[in-house]
Amino acid sequence: MTSSLSQQNTASMSSSDVCMSLQNVSIAYGNFEAVKNVFLDIPDGKVTAFIGPSGCGKSTVLRALNRMNDLIPGCTLKGRVLFDGQDLYHPRIDPVEVRRRIGMVFQKPNPFPKTIYENIAFGARINGYRGDMDELVERSLRKAAVWDECKDKLQESGFALSGGQQQRLCIARAIATEPEVILMDEPCSALDPISTLKIEETMHELKRNYTIIIVTHNMQQAVRVADMTAFFNAEAVEGGSGKVGYLVEYSETEEIFNAPAQQATQDYVSGRFG
Amino acid sequence: MSSDHGLSTDALFTRRRRPSSEKLLDLGFRQLTLALASIVAIVLLAILVTVFQGSREAMASFGLRFVTTSAWDPVNNQYGALVAIYGTLVTSILSLAIAVPLGVGTAIFITEDLIPTRLRDLIGLMVELLAAIPSVVLGLWAIFVMEPAIRPALELLHKLLGWTPFFSTTPQGPGMAPAILILVVMVLPIITAIARDALNQVPIELRQGAYGVGTTRWGAIFAVILPAAISSIIGGVMLALGRAMGETMAVTMIIGNSLNFDLSLLAPGNTIASMLANQFGEADGIQVSALMYAALILMLLTFTVNVLAQWVVRRLSLKY
Amino acid sequence: MTSFSNRSGSVSGTDTDTSLFDRRPLTFDAKLKRNRLNGLFTLISGLFATLAVLPLVLVLVYVLVQGGRLLSLRLFTELPPAPGMEGGGIGNAMLGTVLVTLIAALIALPVGVAGGVYLSEYAGKSWFGQVVSFGNDVLAGVPSIISGVFVYGLIVASRVFFGQSYSAMAGGIALSVLMLPTVIKTTYEGLKLVPNELRLGAYGVGASRFVTITQVVIPAALTPISTGAVLAIARAAGETAPLIFTALFSAFWPDGIFNPIATMSVLIFNFAIMPYQAQNELAWAASFVLVMMILAANLLARWLGGLSKI
Ligand SMILES: Nc1ncnc2c1ncn2[C@@H]1O[C@H](COP(=O)(O)OP(=O)(O)OP(=O)(O)O)[C@@H](O)[C@H]1O
Ligand SMILES: [Mg+2]
Repeated sequence: MTSSLSQQNTASMSSSDVCMSLQNVSIAYGNFEAVKNVFLDIPDGKVTAFIGPSGCGKSTVLRALNRMNDLIPGCTLKGRVLFDGQDLYHPRIDPVEVRRRIGMVFQKPNPFPKTIYENIAFGARINGYRGDMDELVERSLRKAAVWDECKDKLQESGFALSGGQQQRLCIARAIATEPEVILMDEPCSALDPISTLKIEETMHELKRNYTIIIVTHNMQQAVRVADMTAFFNAEAVEGGSGKVGYLVEYSETEEIFNAPAQQATQDYVSGRFG
Repeated sequence: MSSDHGLSTDALFTRRRRPSSEKLLDLGFRQLTLALASIVAIVLLAILVTVFQGSREAMASFGLRFVTTSAWDPVNNQYGALVAIYGTLVTSILSLAIAVPLGVGTAIFITEDLIPTRLRDLIGLMVELLAAIPSVVLGLWAIFVMEPAIRPALELLHKLLGWTPFFSTTPQGPGMAPAILILVVMVLPIITAIARDALNQVPIELRQGAYGVGTTRWGAIFAVILPAAISSIIGGVMLALGRAMGETMAVTMIIGNSLNFDLSLLAPGNTIASMLANQFGEADGIQVSALMYAALILMLLTFTVNVLAQWVVRRLSLKY
Repeated sequence: MTSFSNRSGSVSGTDTDTSLFDRRPLTFDAKLKRNRLNGLFTLISGLFATLAVLPLVLVLVYVLVQGGRLLSLRLFTELPPAPGMEGGGIGNAMLGTVLVTLIAALIALPVGVAGGVYLSEYAGKSWFGQVVSFGNDVLAGVPSIISGVFVYGLIVASRVFFGQSYSAMAGGIALSVLMLPTVIKTTYEGLKLVPNELRLGAYGVGASRFVTITQVVIPAALTPISTGAVLAIARAAGETAPLIFTALFSAFWPDGIFNPIATMSVLIFNFAIMPYQAQNELAWAASFVLVMMILAANLLARWLGGLSKI
């Protein structure tokens, strides 16, 4: 039922503005199926939000988009993830190359054990950046709204920052490599409202050149930044070991929040979930 | 009703009030464990006092000259430990220089998802078992198997590099070079085990961060994972250095126990530990004292290295 | 706010910046420098791992072949031959190893377990606890030969045991000095793994400290403690350096614990450097027995360790 609904969405979008396309994607950790049968077309140059209750597989789907799940032993994917006309899970695809084109900001801040400057420059350098590094570092830090806090201690360790500052450093790190798509897994969950707003503004700026996919638990944030919203949920299946996540509804953000097609979506966005 | 209830429980639970014998037992047990725990401190102190007392005579007659002279002459009662100190430092440091890349490389190979898990576990198990082989068995193996096998290689080394003082003698069986190699075998499991633990402790988030900006596996290892684990690895290397300095049996059996100073690694040499193993049983008079003096120096060396190891781990450790 | 949108000029300028990055197709290209380096380093680390495993394989092969072919009943029941003679066994040395290790274990296990209990359950952050804990780390780093020197000075030279100098007892004590730090450390770490709720639960039903520790905490940590004990005993059984001038050696059957005694490890040392083939062969045979015992103990310890996961 749900899958046919998302297929409908797939059909309604012309293929030229599709950036990434998930086609019947199911992801399992070992024998445990975490998400199943996801059909999803992510539009180019827009912000797409993933929302849904904890454990429904938002991070799992997000990580699948730049093959980050390769690092988790036993994690397998069925179906196709199309990007730039190619299936990212085709055996000839180089996951390193994929991650250079599709960057990621993680749920927990994870600066490298290097100086703040090097945290930014490292990614740019391995991506073969040929421009002015100082300028890139400053621009990235500014975009991530952390320049003022960092500019006097660029040579100090990335760990010398607060948790929220570390997260913005990680956002700057992802921006600095100028990927085509940026995946963000609850990037603002450790930030204060002011920094959150700055990050959201940055997302609006970045939209002009990049496609952004963001996982968030914050409904207002989804409304503020996202053009499209996908609502995931998890349900117990008979014979399965635990709950399996699936895509309930995917549509324009406005529609998801004001006139959702599914009752479950309505309940979730209005806070009656559970 | 309530008093009735209280009566019956009092009758059922006879120990509502702790008898003083139980309190005594509690206190006694605590004091017992404390007394036994303090044995560690007492033994350590007793070792220091015994060795220090024993070496006073030699200290008085040789002073610091003991460290800088190489005469070891029981007939004329002249003693200097330079040969043994040089041998201790050279064998332990050079063996570490070989064992560190080997051990860290092995640790990376069995932690970084390069091969299937079962193969990784097998290699890990084998390295652990290597640590369990007694030193004296490795010495036996070194005498009869390893040394004859590597002699052609050492001869080649002498031919190629014989013009330097470090390879200036022809290899003829026991010597510093085979001793260094057997030390490599002995410290390799320590370094591998510690490096493996350190790498396993690097959080997955940090790896994800590195791969997320598009590094290759080895890019992530060199740029992010190793730097995050480096303090524990250095600490482990220092511990291994202490172990190599004090290692006795395998070294004694293969180093040649020469009393003459020679820079060459292909010549027989000596270490403090092997000198003690060889001479202590038959020594008397001031020779015992000289040996105790050497033992004191060995203790100071290993102590310094071990304390430094702990300091390094605490000082350099990153918070992630 | 205005300054931010001013800077956005540079953001929209990123169209040109993108050309500052290398962009390649998504397909895997084995000829790329980074992929070649990646392969090279994987190869090197694999080579290193092979080199690390090689000694164990070689030592085991030689010990099995050289020592295993001498295996016979005689090996276990006879005394070693006099120099230059043929045949003989290592019966006395086997018995001696068992005896000396037993003495060491009887000293080190109670003291070590009690010390570990003190550190984990009573010491807290007290200065004495820190002294003991630091002392334990230092003692663990003391070279094994030093404990021989120490016991020589304390017991052998002073002839405290009924005027006897070298003795099985002295050897056992020297070994126990080596075992002690390991036992304390593994006991301490095992006890630290016991969740605090268990202690609180026991206190909650009114158990005294003594009862809590002996009947709740120690049983919960029995697996890691016994694993540590097995490993410490196995290590001690193979130690040689502390024995060569404490237990010394004997060509005869053990004669009480206050006389010199033969052990397998000292036998290997003595016989390896003798110029007689019979002795060399017995050294290999003793190595075989010793290595088998120690490997068995290690596998036992691993099995014990896998039994329970707290
Ligand atoms: N590495 C892993 N190994 C095994 N199972 C995992 C792993 N990561 C996630 N899972 C499981 O997959 C399911 C989906 O997890 P996921 O992290 O994708 O949820 P999420 O929607 O991101 O939740 P949250 O909002 O709490 O971040 C959960 O049931 C989780 O237990
Ligand atoms: Mg998540």
